[in-house]
Amino acid sequence: MYRIDFNKLRFLICDDNPHMRRILRTLLHSFGAREVYEAEDGATALEMYTHYVPDIVITDWSMPIFDGLELAQMIRQPESKGNPYAPIIMLTGHSEKRRVTVARDAGVTEFLAKPISAKGLYQRIMNVVANPRPFIKTKTYFGPDRRRNPNAAYIGPERRVGGEMEVMQQPSLLEKARAGI
Amino acid sequence: MAKSRDIEVTKFSTHHVIVQPNPLRKVLRRVPEDDLDDPVARAEKALAGLSGEFKNWMAIEADRLSAAHAAILMNGFSDATREELFRAAHDIKGDAATFGYPSAGAAAESLCRIIEHAPDLERVPSDLIAHHINAVQAIVRERTKLDTAAMAGELSRQLRGIADAFLTHANRDRPEHLEAILAPSIAPAE
Repeated sequence: MYRIDFNKLRFLICDDNPHMRRILRTLLHSFGAREVYEAEDGATALEMYTHYVPDIVITDWSMPIFDGLELAQMIRQPESKGNPYAPIIMLTGHSEKRRVTVARDAGVTEFLAKPISAKGLYQRIMNVVANPRPFIKTKTYFGPDRRRNPNAAYIGPERRVGGEMEVMQQPSLLEKARAGI
Repeated sequence: MAKSRDIEVTKFSTHHVIVQPNPLRKVLRRVPEDDLDDPVARAEKALAGLSGEFKNWMAIEADRLSAAHAAILMNGFSDATREELFRAAHDIKGDAATFGYPSAGAAAESLCRIIEHAPDLERVPSDLIAHHINAVQAIVRERTKLDTAAMAGELSRQLRGIADAFLTHANRDRPEHLEAILAPSIAPAE
């Protein structure tokens, strides 16, 4: 069994809601973290990211002016001077399929839907620490491999075959609903 | 961050696969299976220690929602007033269950869906929005009464049903919104 030495990790949390920042800080400190930096908007978080070089970023999505999605996109710049590989955990009240897909495509490593739980947060942190995914760079994407399922028999859309990508059409949820599938 | 010489890049025609040594590996420590330290239990205990503040925090969030609604009643919908109403409702949707008010979170989620998916907010019945605001306030203010938990849950369910019926009808010609309204949440909560 493995445990994380949280006192060796540096966290950056970004949430415009002071109550949620307090909860996150409390959880991380009780896990054992000592270095927890806080920002209340994406722009401040980006500055702090460059300055403090955190090991893990935990960000909300909805924030004024510069949101968590934009923060993730700014961090995931392969040519930037900062670290473009840091794990990003998006903690958000958004939990619709479309939102999860958009966050994934912005380079978010893990998605944690609110309401927050100590167990859920710990599991996401353990996942990014113990099981980092390779990064993928395409013309339009730079971030953790979005395909978590290594099953060669996978037949979903946009599967890779022999390292190449194959795009398949699949009916939308709406089409399925209308067809009575 | 790994040095560039440690990073392994495999190139394909459509993409590159980049593997770097795990920079966080050093923080993993093997412990015996019977290790008594439980960081999750410790964190839950710490969260319980904060719970004395939750009622006050929830009241602040509910008042923020009411203030956002009052601004709309006074000035109408604009990008700024709409955004503040959505943000206030969205925060309650995310926080309320943690604070011990899951029904307030459900009512706030229903309001978020109206704001996000109504084709024209000016044409949403004003009572529909007002009832959501009032429900959140009532659930937060009346929580200490013993018989309110079931009532709060029923209130939220009824509001969600009415809101979904309105949204389904209003979006009958907007399939992308209809799909989003009907789709279940897929994000893992744990």
